[in-house]
Amino acid sequence: MSEEVLKLSDLQLDALKEVGNVGAGNAATALSQIINRKIDMAVPQVSILPLGEVPNVVGGPDMMVAGVYLRVYGPAPGSILFLLPRDSAFYLVDTLMGRGERDSNTLDEMDQSALLEIGNILAGAYLNSLSYFTKFTLLPSIPALAMDMAGAILSVVLIQLGQMGDHALVIETEFTTEADGVRGHFFLIPDPGSLGTILAAIGVKV
Amino acid sequence: MAELIKVGMADYKVGTNPALLISYGLGSCVGIALYDPVAKIGGLAHIMLPDSTQARSTENPAKFADTCLPIMLAELIKGGAIKSRITAKIAGGAQMFTFANTTDIMRVGERNSEAVREVLKRMDLRLIAEDTGGNYGRTVELNLGNGIFRIKTIDKGEKEL
Repeated sequence: MSEEVLKLSDLQLDALKEVGNVGAGNAATALSQIINRKIDMAVPQVSILPLGEVPNVVGGPDMMVAGVYLRVYGPAPGSILFLLPRDSAFYLVDTLMGRGERDSNTLDEMDQSALLEIGNILAGAYLNSLSYFTKFTLLPSIPALAMDMAGAILSVVLIQLGQMGDHALVIETEFTTEADGVRGHFFLIPDPGSLGTILAAIGVKV
Repeated sequence: MAELIKVGMADYKVGTNPALLISYGLGSCVGIALYDPVAKIGGLAHIMLPDSTQARSTENPAKFADTCLPIMLAELIKGGAIKSRITAKIAGGAQMFTFANTTDIMRVGERNSEAVREVLKRMDLRLIAEDTGGNYGRTVELNLGNGIFRIKTIDKGEKEL
């Protein structure tokens, strides 16, 4: 069986990029309001990568990151993963909690809860735009948090994709604050099959 | 310094002493080390899924426990290993995120470990040590000089199998 993601046209990739752009724009605005800092957002990348190469997007499989993971329910199910390098995760929660210097290398319960909530808000903002384009009702699950190696965290979504193919469609956006405090990567990974549904709904089905 | 051979996700590599086979950031995937201590030859696989018969894409055999191990074993034997001397060690199969209602998709780590044990048994390979489960990632390293399988984690310490 040849893979669906390898057959996407430039037009379809552009359409996905635009959906990603508006979604990530909403999410960046939300994040900027939460931490009261200006956030810069890179133009989203839409790439089709061999599964094993996806961890390189965030600096390699052994890079220490915090990941907030949500499932997306509705007519086009998928996964959302928000990955932050560990230092960015600390910066984000410390800014949010109004803390100065950090004295530990762990996240307490309050910190974890704050990160989960940030993931929740970003996913909501992103899904809003996806819902707008597709006219689908798309709902996020309760978020889950892990602080670990990027490869290990990404394996959760890559394994799901691995059942259907050897490549991942990754719609990825990088956020940075002006004071280079926070960098984050936002991934939307449609379930196999959802991609066709999304493309049809936004009118670029071949 | 011994040569460092990297094994990516859904891949396997075979090597001989002196070399280290290393695979970074295993989550729900499972790392399988096969080693012949006499010939000092070994292989490391990083499999993603338990069973190729239940998947729609089977183009890459290294992705599945049941298709990767026979290929790796054949390569080891071709390189001078003798099957009865080969021992197996495995690590990984974690569940990285915990949700209230754990679905099958979330339990894939556990299912991966189970499948690997089963395939090893079916192939008559001796599993002599394992470090599986939990909710954390692992980097694994097989030393082809002595067969030591080193497991590194972020905050659960380091282990040698």
